[in-house]
Amino acid sequence: MKELMELVQEARSAGDCQRLVDLVPYARMLGMKFSVTDKGLLFELPFRKDLVGNYLLPAIHGGVVAAFMEHSALLQILWNQESVVLPKVVDFSIDYLRPARAETTFVNCSVIRQGQRIANVAASAWQGRPENIVATARMHFLLTRQEDDTAR
Amino acid sequence: MSSAGFDAAARLAAAQAFFRSIPHSGLLGLEVVACEPRVVVARLPYKPELVGNPYTGWLHGGAVVTLVDQTSGAAVIHTLERPDMVATLDLRIDHLRPPQPGRAVLARAECYRVARDIAFVRCLCYEDDPDDPFVSSMSTFMRVSRPRGSVGEGQSA
Repeated sequence: MKELMELVQEARSAGDCQRLVDLVPYARMLGMKFSVTDKGLLFELPFRKDLVGNYLLPAIHGGVVAAFMEHSALLQILWNQESVVLPKVVDFSIDYLRPARAETTFVNCSVIRQGQRIANVAASAWQGRPENIVATARMHFLLTRQEDDTAR
Repeated sequence: MSSAGFDAAARLAAAQAFFRSIPHSGLLGLEVVACEPRVVVARLPYKPELVGNPYTGWLHGGAVVTLVDQTSGAAVIHTLERPDMVATLDLRIDHLRPPQPGRAVLARAECYRVARDIAFVRCLCYEDDPDDPFVSSMSTFMRVSRPRGSVGEGQSA
């Protein structure tokens, strides 16, 4: 498999965000994507019926919203070229503010603190307009190399 | 509990039907393997499309969150005296170690407190040994049918 940093650099210079999404099978399955905007990266999850968790409302599964936010944060770290390995989530905490309706969901991420080994990231998910927040999340990622896995 | 008469087999069948009624559950292949009052155990199969790290083959943390969220919600439902819908208020998950690649994983969720509006759940995930979990989680749920306006506006559980 191609070295991760090489892949990130290629994707950045080609402006090909999808190449980074496609790196991870689960992200591809969710159908998420992202683009570079003047306010930073904007992550997007188009609605699909098989993402529904509550068919009465209907609403997107809370787990899907969480997964989308977690992976958006991971891609943000990669895009910033702040990790030479695929970041590993250490902990993840999410607050659900309102149901995510049957429409496209967006995520913005900010890397709050980037250390040698740990990144702290905050994310918010919204629909329609950025003020209409459906969930906020905070999480830590470990950025150490695979050889150090047992040292977690 | 007023669930007397709701025997074990019927309870398990109801929990399995609940999982099957959730569209995203089918995409992941989630299924309930055990259900008793307050406790639900559910299984997430290992599938190539659920991998979060192509270098190691680990399941994606997000797929595990979905397993935890749904199993924890089911544990709340099977603690309530009357069937009710619940909504996740918040959920925290700690990844204690990576899951073993290629293996299905289980989540065991226990609802340890139901208050008037809010229910509290803890959940562990493991491959086959509950004493060797790879994930630990705490979550709170809101009971949807309680009078509106009391939750999320400063009132405690």
